[in-house]
Amino acid sequence: MTKKTEKSRDGVIILEEDFPGKMEVEDVIVDASDDPKKSPVYIFYNWCKKCGICVAFCPTGCLGRRADGTPYVKNPEKCIHCETCDRLCPDFAITGSKDKGGIFNG
Amino acid sequence: MASIPQKVVHQYLRHNKKFPHVWCAGCSNGIVLGAVIRAIHELQIPKDDVMMVSGIGCTSRMPVYVDFNSLHTLHGRAIAFATGIKMVKPNMKVIVITGDGDATAIGGNHFIHAARRNIDLTVLVLNNHIYGMTGGQYSPTTPEGDFASTTPYGNIDEPFNICQLAMGAGATFVARGTAFHALETQTLIKEAILHKGCSVLEIVSSCPVIYGRLNKKGSPSRMLENMRDNSINIKAAEKLPPEQTEGKIIRGILKKDDKAVEYYDKYTQLVNRIKSKNK
Repeated sequence: MTKKTEKSRDGVIILEEDFPGKMEVEDVIVDASDDPKKSPVYIFYNWCKKCGICVAFCPTGCLGRRADGTPYVKNPEKCIHCETCDRLCPDFAITGSKDKGGIFNG
Repeated sequence: MASIPQKVVHQYLRHNKKFPHVWCAGCSNGIVLGAVIRAIHELQIPKDDVMMVSGIGCTSRMPVYVDFNSLHTLHGRAIAFATGIKMVKPNMKVIVITGDGDATAIGGNHFIHAARRNIDLTVLVLNNHIYGMTGGQYSPTTPEGDFASTTPYGNIDEPFNICQLAMGAGATFVARGTAFHALETQTLIKEAILHKGCSVLEIVSSCPVIYGRLNKKGSPSRMLENMRDNSINIKAAEKLPPEQTEGKIIRGILKKDDKAVEYYDKYTQLVNRIKSKNK
């Protein structure tokens, strides 16, 4: 991950970085598969606040919730790429994959 | 390294701000911010042509996170600042984001007068029925009988209806959306931005941590489900008898008037008239 930083009055400002923030690749990998490309949904765990909205409004039951409230991809084959979780996530922490033929671009 | 998918929203966020953002878990401000960003993305307005102005409050943290021109101003005075910006930069899309307390209590005066003048602003009022940031005081939109930290025995005030207030004051585009209907709200925001004249869009949002807890509204998802069950589109509501739609949130465009002259146009006409007289 390449980082361009600049020192300023307010401290170090990250100019260019793969978004979101400080996320490492390990964080992206979901329970459904070890390869993020095969999973229909990506969850940025660093940004997730465990509010449970994505799980509650997933129309097919693709997403599940762990004991601590964290969402995970329970049934990857059930995803219909409806964008509901993407639109309703207040923390911009979940998105879908274009690789799987989804229309996630919002 | 696997490529990390980016949402469109991520391209519009300020990369040097600390994420995750400041709002509580389940707060619908993030949903509305996403809808605003998607609406601007779909209209293909360049980032430099958008101005976001806000006052003080939970909702007013929004311009801090987005990569537009932004102004974080005094409590309730966002519309006053936005009016000044619009007069100097008439081609800029000025979006005012305020909360219910910011717009109708402290900035109530500015709110009605911007509507009266019909100046080309897009005013998004996020109505979460409480002052969230300052500790849960009751706001002018807290429903009668509901609890807040300053109304421990229930609120006895009649709440404001923001849309009717705006219509009465003379705004030419008035609409209402909810945070749950994110896609519908997105189209309403698009129409509000495109409308020339004062457009007021009330977005019913949820405060699960303070309002929800004091009034036993349940989890964040439960509050969004309430919005889904207790709201009705205006087209569907027109067909139903009034007793069936009573107490429900009416969504959709409530007023649209394209014929009214916008304030800056009137001002330009005045300037031209005086210039031609003095020649």
